[in-house]
Amino acid sequence: MSNTEIITAQQPAFNIWKFLKEEFKPKGKWVTPFNMISLPIMFLGLVLIIIRFWKGIGSVTNLTQEVPWGIWIGFDVVTGVAFAGGAYVLTFMVYILNMKQYHSIVRVTVLNGFLAYVFYAGALLLDLGRPWNVINPIIGNSFGTSSVLFLVAWHFLLYMIAQLIEFSPTIAEWIGHRRAHKILSGMTLAAVIFGITLSTLHQSGLGALYLMAKDKIHPLWYSEFLPIMFFVSSIFAGLSMVIFEGSITYKVFSDQVTEKNHHSHHSIITGLSKICAVAMFAYLFLNVLVFVHGRHFHYLTTPMGRWYLVEMVGFVLIPMLLFFNSYRKKSIQLTKIAAVVTMVGIIVNRLNVTVIGFKWDAVSHYYPTWMEIVVTLAVIFTEIWIFRWVILRMPVLREPPTWAQNSH
Amino acid sequence: MGIDRRSFFQLLGVAGTTLALGKQALAKPSNDIGVEFVGMLIDTTRCVGCQTCEAACSESNHLAEQTGSPEPGKIRPLDETKFTVVNAYNTSKGEIYVKKQCMHCSQAACAAACLTKAMHKTEEGPVVWDGKKCMGCRYCMVSCPFEIPKFEYHSANPKIQKCTMCFERLVEGKIPACAENCPAEAIQFGTRRELLHEARKRIVENPDVYVDHIYGEHEAGGTGVLYLSSVPFNGLGFNTSLQKSSYPELSKGFLYGVPSVFVLWPALLLGLYEATKDNHVKTTENE
Repeated sequence: MSNTEIITAQQPAFNIWKFLKEEFKPKGKWVTPFNMISLPIMFLGLVLIIIRFWKGIGSVTNLTQEVPWGIWIGFDVVTGVAFAGGAYVLTFMVYILNMKQYHSIVRVTVLNGFLAYVFYAGALLLDLGRPWNVINPIIGNSFGTSSVLFLVAWHFLLYMIAQLIEFSPTIAEWIGHRRAHKILSGMTLAAVIFGITLSTLHQSGLGALYLMAKDKIHPLWYSEFLPIMFFVSSIFAGLSMVIFEGSITYKVFSDQVTEKNHHSHHSIITGLSKICAVAMFAYLFLNVLVFVHGRHFHYLTTPMGRWYLVEMVGFVLIPMLLFFNSYRKKSIQLTKIAAVVTMVGIIVNRLNVTVIGFKWDAVSHYYPTWMEIVVTLAVIFTEIWIFRWVILRMPVLREPPTWAQNSH
Repeated sequence: MGIDRRSFFQLLGVAGTTLALGKQALAKPSNDIGVEFVGMLIDTTRCVGCQTCEAACSESNHLAEQTGSPEPGKIRPLDETKFTVVNAYNTSKGEIYVKKQCMHCSQAACAAACLTKAMHKTEEGPVVWDGKKCMGCRYCMVSCPFEIPKFEYHSANPKIQKCTMCFERLVEGKIPACAENCPAEAIQFGTRRELLHEARKRIVENPDVYVDHIYGEHEAGGTGVLYLSSVPFNGLGFNTSLQKSSYPELSKGFLYGVPSVFVLWPALLLGLYEATKDNHVKTTENE
């Protein structure tokens, strides 16, 4: 593409505000099953959030003085961030290891990761009793540097910026800003390296949060290796999410995807299933080591012990074998099943550490209220709405405009 | 994690400002200005369960008047409106009353957990909370091994509530309200060293009365509040399986590992990138 072409291609009459105004209008049908289900829940969630800020956290949650963190932390944040791990694993594969065959799903994965962080950090604000002070550990008037949560908070913020930079060339392509596209594309590698480092630390950091709760978490789930467990499991949690989300996106937004990418998606999913299987093998091995080393055999006969076995066999060993098998047979269907089982397993694991196994021996247990669940669903649905909005407008799934393709 | 303080600071120097995250991972066992931590010695053999301390505490901290009285088999928990409670326990030596409140750990888990330093160990010894800094994340509650900090769940402007060892009174030169008003002299206020000395003296002078255990001398790395008892402490609602080292110690390894990851990872990733980039070029050339 020559310089003169670029200059003439930029229409002089192009008005960015007019363009944005057009783009913010809704596209597509309004009356769809997804809209009909999600809209009432989002509205109800909003009402509950207003009540929560008006009457206090206790008015909508079942949290107690003994169990101060419920599903808004244990599911929304801790589990959600594990699922968002696909972004750092994929950027590692594509930008660091130069595995170009996975390039076509990088954008959608990074977008998913970015939105996940934005919304889970948002969900975190709902759980803060004094959210107006959330800026304190950032602006520097009170650095609690001895806190793992301080590290996690900073990493969330920095990683969101890194992911935004990774995604920004797509935004530049959308509004047709070539200079910005060139500059932002040049920042990708740095953002990726920074992002992977941050992810390593805060994925494990979420496990490290619970290190001081040594006497409160069931010994089968508590160990000094919690950070490593959380990190290793985030690899296959994230990739399972990529497989699961990809299989839906490629169907729902089928018209956006080129024939070539539709075709390559199969080999991508098979490749990911192999990585999942190996990561899960490492995770299972680590768990066996920790279990034997901790001499926890006598717990196995207790109800919690049987629950532990269900998790390890049903949600780690079996999906691991499914992944191995699906890779050998190149079966997409089997991979999808394995991904779903793995995701359920990750939810089970994170809730076991944060909610189910937390104060497991207490007289009264914490169960989420229906209101906590509705707010959680509202957060997820809002995220999907934004995701759909972006997919329908920006070149995430579809090919970038021709002028942008050389810079990759 | 095999990294000591010295090499940690060496790494810190190498890595610059981003690495400041792992710094000051622990509160020190004594403070910088060399003043000894104060604390309280609670002698359960002297306590008569009169609840004067509860009343004095409520008055001093402007809390609602407390209800209920100590009854064996019925535990009255601490909550956001009760900074101290007295519970009764049936033991081999009859009914024993135990006053419960914040332990004011020497290396407090809640303070190490706080990402805004709202909860902090003062130089004098009490662990106190600063509402201007707190964001209400309740990580202090998750971390405290004694489950002391309480949260106002039904307030739009919630506070973390717990015993402050009457820090405001200490600043005025007074002693904590409970210690001042105890008619049975069951609560003694002083520096932690004096109190340990006194506790040991009582055990040595009355070996038939006390069990040879000062609760809080080593529990959770040492606490500001110390207890004496005539029966083993696990019969009095104390958690005797708490670790002897401090709780912030548990996340120290992780925090000290952070700088190494921050130094090593980017270098490793860049190296991998360079290595695989060449491979890629070669294969395309071969094609």
